[in-house]
Amino acid sequence: MTGKEYRTITDVKGPLVFLNKTEPVAFGEIVELRLTDGTLKNGQVLDTSDDQVIVQVFEGTASIDKQTGIKFLGDVFKLPVSTDMIGRILDGAGRPRDGGPAIVADEKADIIGAAINPYSRQSPDTFIQTGISAIDACTSLVRGQKLPIFSASGLPHNDIALQIARQAKLVDSDDDFVVVFCAMGITAEEYNFFVHDLERTGALENACLFVNLADDPAVERLITPRLALTAAEYLAFEKDYHVLVIYTDMTNYCESLRQIGAAREEVPGRRGYPGYMYTDLAMLYERAGLVKGKKGSITQFPILTMPGDDITHPIPDLSGYITEGQIVISRELHQKGIYPPINVLPSLSRLMNAGIGDGKTREDHKSVSDQLYAAYAQGRELRGLVAIVGEDALNERDLQLLKFADIFENKFLRQSRDEERSINEGTLDYAWELLANIDTKYLVRLDQKWIDKYHPTEKKV
Amino acid sequence: MSEENGVIYRISGPVVTAVGISPRMYEVVRVGDEGLMGEVIELHGDQSVIQVYEETSGVRPGEPVIRTGQTLSVQLGPGLLTKIYDGIQRPLPELEKTMGVFIKRGVDADGLDLGKNWDFKATAKPGDSVSSGDIIGTVQETKTIEHRVMMPPGKSGVIKNINSGEFNVTQTVCTLEDGTEVQMMQKWPVRTPRPFTKKHAPEVPLQTGQRILDFLFPLAKGGTAGIPGPFGSGKTVTQQQLAKWSDADIVVYIGCGERGNEMTEVLDEFPHLIDPKTGEALMNRTTMIANTSNMPVAAREASVYTGITIAEYFRDMGYDVALMADSTSRWAEAMREISSRLEEMPGEEGYPAYLSSRLAEFYERAGRVETLSGGDGSVSVIGAVSPPGGDISEPVSQGTLRIVKVFWGLDAGLARQRHFPAINWLNSYSLYPPSLDQWYRDNIKSDFPEIRTEISALLQVEAELQEIVQLVGSDALPVDQQLTLEVARMIREYFLQQNAFHDVDTYTDLKLQYTMAKAILSFQEESKKALAGGAALEDVVNVPARTDLMRGRFESGYADKIEELLDNMNKQIADTMEAN
Ligand SMILES: Nc1ncnc2c1ncn2[C@@H]1O[C@H](COP(=O)(O)OP(=O)(O)O)[C@@H](O)[C@H]1O
Ligand SMILES: [Mg+2]
Repeated sequence: MTGKEYRTITDVKGPLVFLNKTEPVAFGEIVELRLTDGTLKNGQVLDTSDDQVIVQVFEGTASIDKQTGIKFLGDVFKLPVSTDMIGRILDGAGRPRDGGPAIVADEKADIIGAAINPYSRQSPDTFIQTGISAIDACTSLVRGQKLPIFSASGLPHNDIALQIARQAKLVDSDDDFVVVFCAMGITAEEYNFFVHDLERTGALENACLFVNLADDPAVERLITPRLALTAAEYLAFEKDYHVLVIYTDMTNYCESLRQIGAAREEVPGRRGYPGYMYTDLAMLYERAGLVKGKKGSITQFPILTMPGDDITHPIPDLSGYITEGQIVISRELHQKGIYPPINVLPSLSRLMNAGIGDGKTREDHKSVSDQLYAAYAQGRELRGLVAIVGEDALNERDLQLLKFADIFENKFLRQSRDEERSINEGTLDYAWELLANIDTKYLVRLDQKWIDKYHPTEKKV
Repeated sequence: MSEENGVIYRISGPVVTAVGISPRMYEVVRVGDEGLMGEVIELHGDQSVIQVYEETSGVRPGEPVIRTGQTLSVQLGPGLLTKIYDGIQRPLPELEKTMGVFIKRGVDADGLDLGKNWDFKATAKPGDSVSSGDIIGTVQETKTIEHRVMMPPGKSGVIKNINSGEFNVTQTVCTLEDGTEVQMMQKWPVRTPRPFTKKHAPEVPLQTGQRILDFLFPLAKGGTAGIPGPFGSGKTVTQQQLAKWSDADIVVYIGCGERGNEMTEVLDEFPHLIDPKTGEALMNRTTMIANTSNMPVAAREASVYTGITIAEYFRDMGYDVALMADSTSRWAEAMREISSRLEEMPGEEGYPAYLSSRLAEFYERAGRVETLSGGDGSVSVIGAVSPPGGDISEPVSQGTLRIVKVFWGLDAGLARQRHFPAINWLNSYSLYPPSLDQWYRDNIKSDFPEIRTEISALLQVEAELQEIVQLVGSDALPVDQQLTLEVARMIREYFLQQNAFHDVDTYTDLKLQYTMAKAILSFQEESKKALAGGAALEDVVNVPARTDLMRGRFESGYADKIEELLDNMNKQIADTMEAN
């Protein structure tokens, strides 16, 4: 708009550039920086006043000097959106990365995204079958939910995310999902793994990728998920698609957030992360859901790696406070060779009750889920006790529960990476078969009427 | 003076600095070309620092800032109930009408529907001398709630004219001798507590139908409670249970910096839930404030004040109001965010040094009072707290616990065992029983307090015995102690656990709670006798009738059946002696 180029940089600190003597610059305005060698960088205004403007540079401030020219582009960051984005790979700033043409915009959308009016939301209540028993039975996912995977380094969260992306479907409709995939600071190897898998299964044609890798600018990561979600919102709420957003790794995103905070010399919150990290994360996670009068939906699968496997670390902690549950990956199960190593005990789906039961999955789903959970929890606890007092000290009930914990892990949890179990036969009936290893008198969470109907040996046909 | 114009000097997120105006503290101003709403929160030389209630991206230095002369206020009058507002009392359905499903900026909306006509029935008459807070008429606001129209603050005199009839909230319903005109709508600045005559001691329990709360850790009408807990431990479910079932006349539910879908859930559910007291939909008595986590933080900061001012207003009519704020931690974080933008000297964990005084001032607005018109009203405040990592040594939890009289401590371990509500019975407390016990004796049963004491004592003993069991196993304990463990287990599984999502179990009235507690003690009593008579513990605890008694609570009409179920159990226990 102004077209005027300033060379009034006073300070450069971390990813931030400070300059003065500008015309009035808008808060959030997009900035182009021209280095003396002609390189272009992009940035955004973080603070603006008559005397000073602070710009956050997405590609990092390397090589910037006081001769660098700065142009304010007159607008906040907008993403050109179009259904042509489906099947494309874009970089972390939204430019083509696949050698294809630039996206021809149907419209340009502000990437910050406005909050959905809580009154305009519609409660998510449609069960998504992932084909993974642990998830479908115990932490059921519904369309429009935001359900993160809490993992840690070295665990197969990517396989699980991909398996979900491949297998996710509704029970009684063939509405398909479009996948929006957002990479933040992951390695090229991880990225290739995703792309190959999406290619192998043909899913790539039905996906839109935003990619910022480990060697791409760290600050750019702060906008990458916003671009992905802006695309998702366009596809869902303008074009009626059901969108599955997978983003990984939220931990890298939070590190970038911390870096900016430190550069601005802000008073840090817990463990050095900015005090506003909760709000910042909410501005991403809350961009999921269903809204009245629109056909599409956004379901989110953020992946994060818990530093030090610690679920109380601010990244999983603040995420858990915002998302509608969490799927927790366990190192212990992984080390036992169990895939998918999902620990159902700390996992939770807050929207499960709305999505399961008669007419949605099956009438006995809730009971079965409660019983699996209770029996497995008790069985695991008994493992601890047995280690101290030995199996001889256990009564019959405890012995059965102890054995069940192993059965649950080895049969119910364990499945292969391409095994897709249907909710009724594959998951719930199987659960009954396994629960039959326990005397019914100990299965106190199961209503008698379900035992009469579904128990493999005690049902009344 | 109020139409003074200045310009923006600086913008940093939600904080904008203006020059060229000299507003009052907490005055509302219009910021920028779009007229975004903001509030002056600091005066600093010739600069006024403003927190803006809407997103500020795209706003530039040099754009105008306009004074309004008003402090941040809410509109009070008929039409508050059944509504859902954002943090600054903009009705969300109105926002949807003007801007669609996404909240955009620069849109104003009145808190009350100014055009709507209400059937006003004058209760005062010409010649009456009235002053602030006196009730001059009524409006049937919803099916169940009569709105009592009060003399606005600062107005008093002798009534010259007052008319019943159809009026909207801005029309004059009453004229005083001195010519003062009175309308149904009044405004009140949210940061100022509304006046009352005096505070009473809380002597009546707020009945919630939640067994562990009512029976072990009761809240008084006009009392304060804090619910800290890590994510997934049950803060929101507990708050929603209180909003649904507590025997308040009016409920103000504030979703402060939490999930959008949770508010949708309340909106979907409440119109269909029947208030056990009135037989009508719960929505009739409810006002909601929803400023979710992704909505502007400054409006989140304001939301708790908006909510409590509405609560006080209904209190002043003589109602018992219950206010839930989920979560006060998000409010505190909003304060922290604004404070850090102001570059204030931070206190603990970056929170402003005034955090604990703000918390105290907020909870201080709870209470049972004699209203200006001589009535009796109360505001009970229940605040959820979200401590990072579940560790309550942090400033918001600590600041809250210093003030509130009830602590419902949610426990991640219990939640993980699916013991709900996951309230830890060992470290939770209520300071109200001494002032409520007379009420229980008079209204429920004369030995109510003693039964409560027995139940909590059993839980304490269990905790001690459990330590031994961890070391040697339960079989090593003497039989009477093994029985105690069984009794305590019954307390936990039959009484303390309560499924919020079960049609029947979700609510238990106080009388039935008492009967259930007695049933547990009766099990203990009869079992002791049987054991003394030679019965085997295994047989005693496994009598089928005990399972029937316990399962019975999931069936409707339990109150009528429990005595019979109890008799059956006692008979079967007695029979175990003969079996040996
Ligand atoms: N009283 C209860 N009865 C049954 N389930 C409960 C109860 N309280 C909590 N839950 C379960 O715990 C989950 C998390 O509760 P919630 O109140 O959302 O936690 P928080 O607000 O502390 O994060 C709920 O989705 C529900 O499954
Ligand atoms: Mg909650």
